[in-house]
Amino acid sequence: MISLHGLTKVFPGGVRALDGIDLTIGDGEFFALLGPSGCGKTTLLRTIAGLETAGSGTISINQRDVTCLPPGRRNVAMVFQDYALFPHMDVTENIAYPLRIRKVPRAERLAKAADVARRLSLSELLRRRPAQLSGGQQQRVALARAIACHPTAFLFDEPLSNLDARLRLEARTFLKRLQRELAVTTVFVTHDQAEALALADRIAVMSRGRMIQVGTPAEVFQRPATTFVASFIGSTPMNLLPARAAGGSLYAAGAVLPAPAGLTDGDDLVYGVRPEYMDLSPTERPDAFPGTVSVLENLGTSTLVTLEEGGTFVQAVVDEGDEPRLGDHAWAVPRRALVYRDGELLAP
Amino acid sequence: MARPMSAVDAAGLGRGRAVGFVLPALVLIGVFLVFPALWTIYLGLTDYRLTGLAAANPQVVGLDNYTDALRDPRFLGSLWLTVGYVGGSAVLGQAVLGFALAWVLRTRTGRLRRLVEGVVLLSWILPSTVVGFLWFALLDRDDGTLNALLNTPGFAWLLDHPLLSIIVFNVWRGTAFSMMLYSAALENVPPSHLETARLAGASVFQQLRDVVLPLIRRHVLTNLLLISLWTFNDFTPFVLTGGGPEGRSEILPIYVYNVALRGGELGAGAAVSFLILLINLAFALVYLRLLRDRRRREAALTGGPPA
Amino acid sequence: MIRHTVGRLVSTVFLAVVLAFFALPMLWLASAPFDDSPAITTSVPEFTLNNFAVILDNPYALGSIRNSLIQGGGAAALVVVLAALAAYALSRVRVPGRDVLLYLLLLLSSVVTGTAAMVPIFELATRLALIDTHLGVILVVSGGLLPAAIFILKDFMDETPTSYEESARVFGASSLQILRHIVMPLVRPGLATIAVWALASVWGGFLFQFILLRDPDKAPGSVILYTLYTEGGAPKLDLISTFSLLYSLPVVAMYLFVSQRYGFRFHGGIKR
Repeated sequence: MISLHGLTKVFPGGVRALDGIDLTIGDGEFFALLGPSGCGKTTLLRTIAGLETAGSGTISINQRDVTCLPPGRRNVAMVFQDYALFPHMDVTENIAYPLRIRKVPRAERLAKAADVARRLSLSELLRRRPAQLSGGQQQRVALARAIACHPTAFLFDEPLSNLDARLRLEARTFLKRLQRELAVTTVFVTHDQAEALALADRIAVMSRGRMIQVGTPAEVFQRPATTFVASFIGSTPMNLLPARAAGGSLYAAGAVLPAPAGLTDGDDLVYGVRPEYMDLSPTERPDAFPGTVSVLENLGTSTLVTLEEGGTFVQAVVDEGDEPRLGDHAWAVPRRALVYRDGELLAP
Repeated sequence: MARPMSAVDAAGLGRGRAVGFVLPALVLIGVFLVFPALWTIYLGLTDYRLTGLAAANPQVVGLDNYTDALRDPRFLGSLWLTVGYVGGSAVLGQAVLGFALAWVLRTRTGRLRRLVEGVVLLSWILPSTVVGFLWFALLDRDDGTLNALLNTPGFAWLLDHPLLSIIVFNVWRGTAFSMMLYSAALENVPPSHLETARLAGASVFQQLRDVVLPLIRRHVLTNLLLISLWTFNDFTPFVLTGGGPEGRSEILPIYVYNVALRGGELGAGAAVSFLILLINLAFALVYLRLLRDRRRREAALTGGPPA
Repeated sequence: MIRHTVGRLVSTVFLAVVLAFFALPMLWLASAPFDDSPAITTSVPEFTLNNFAVILDNPYALGSIRNSLIQGGGAAALVVVLAALAAYALSRVRVPGRDVLLYLLLLLSSVVTGTAAMVPIFELATRLALIDTHLGVILVVSGGLLPAAIFILKDFMDETPTSYEESARVFGASSLQILRHIVMPLVRPGLATIAVWALASVWGGFLFQFILLRDPDKAPGSVILYTLYTEGGAPKLDLISTFSLLYSLPVVAMYLFVSQRYGFRFHGGIKR
């Protein structure tokens, strides 16, 4: 278990990289830190590792306060974005390096390294240098090295970002299965929302050194807490349309929609619908966004349709076979929507 | 933010240990480089001698050493010899020959190029006394190879033309650096620029003047500064002529040695040393200025240092 | 076309002249040591290896090579260790004033030359009782070589990614372990370059060895050779030429080693 309390870090020059982070990560949990570059996610990971020191706040790992301990005494293992495999050591030496530091006898650590390597299908490569390995193999060696020292937590810094697209999917599945088997608490940093959704038990979405939302992938995807999260999560960006409340109804982009309770007229509102939660109607409806089909993007099993009306764009995803034609008039009907006031999600 | 800009201490050394790591080197540099430089200033103001009364109890004589030196025809002569030596062997000799070699070898590959480069480089890396002896053998009055080749037996090159001898000697000795520097510089001249000039009908001279020189101007400046600085401080001619005959090849480094360590006038020698130091400083400041400007320009080109 | 051919011809002639100019003094080094009765004039030798046997019998010759090894090896070791430690700290820890310090070091190393500092260096060595000691030569020479060595090694260190060290730190390696296990192997080309450079500088160096060592038993080859051929009377040509050749070979071998093994990296004026 990793607990963070009031963690703050200010870089020289006044940038608040971490701004009062409170977080508890459960035993065996696979936890993602997600956010755009510069949001502080890597700094947070490095602070947990001890590579950065927090300005204030505490970090404890398994009920042990490690805030002031050097990285080597926190019993965590880190996999770096560039894997940081030592180029002058072969695979065995790399995997056994943490054990060498712990003064494990040579024979024992070689056996241990061979054992871990076998579990990650690296047995054929033991005598190779990192430069002679493919990207995927390097990544597995880095994982093996992390596993070999039996840490209480894994810290992964963008572990999949150096792989090409196809390999990344394979490695993702592999990583998730491995984490389940080992059941070691794991924190990983990513800027790829799809990766976070696919891998994590819980996700923390970060922006400017703060945690905007913490939740399961389903929660974060279905109920983004702010318009920032809403725009960041999802492979097709959410429709976020300026809206106005009047007389119990919402007016947005030419549609009249039912308003949730507790709104006052004149509030600054945003009406959010994921394109996947839109239906396309060929006939006019008052509760739909009208527009002309201006772009069609084939997504494989579905198509992303962009409707344009007076400079406002609304996107909807339709199943294959249901595509309208370019230039058609169409109405996008929201199935499931969220309403934001001042950037924050309204309760219901 | 993949790599935070705050890598203030990536290795986890800590300030204390970092200072501990740097300190031994700094102490050595301080004692054997900085302190002597400062001490030169003090010694130059005294009548300190290697032996005799002034050795036991040196007196501060102010600027006497400097005024004496500036009135001493031997010092002034030495200064002129040095100017001739630096101008002749570094600026004219090494730089021009080095550039010519780089230019000619640029278009060549294969054995001739490797042979020429190898021989030029070899003359640079051989130990200085070995080199001194080789030239001693080459220029010897009675049995020298040169006299045998030119059929001028008994011609005493080292006695009759000592300055010319050490100038040619230093061209031979130091051209390698200029050749390598200009080779590197010429590699950065895009062939398309030269081809454009050739298509326009430019002669070799015009190509050099209009295309090459503007592109490698900074390299030329760097080269001239460094080889002048080094040649100015070069003690190697000592092994060839010892400054003689009659001081006709006594360039400043040899002058200092002869006055201070052989003649025992440490104070007077130190005063001249200090003058050398000042001249070096002028060269070095211009050179470092050049380096810094280049860094800044490169930074501007790449849009500043990476975050 | 004609212009091109003429140009090619002119450049070939030029190269031939240059080649002759540079090779001429060296021919003697290649022939005399193997000559039965060497004269100063270069000539086709009557082949013999006898001169090498004579060298082995000369007490000063072999002793001076040992002295060169002690002084060169000592300075190389000292410069590599001290420069590596300093360069590492300067590369990895942002100490305030670091850039100014590096700037000053670079300035110093080019300004305070042997020529400019020979008087105070001689004085200093006398007062510290370092005259006629190997240590004196080692310390004085190292002081002069260190600034440039630090500068070049820092370049090498800056090029290695910090994630290696961070990774080792997370596994619990201490600073010295990181230095030994990770950094040193990674910058080995730099260390080798500096070591060879320092060794070659001392090996071929003359001025400091000449003024700091009076005792011929302590003098390195570069000084012994000078005393051999400037002695009055007939210089022992067989000895001098053979010794010159022997003394040059290690330097050439070291340069070849570095440029073959690690590739020649052009550092402005690394030789001096």
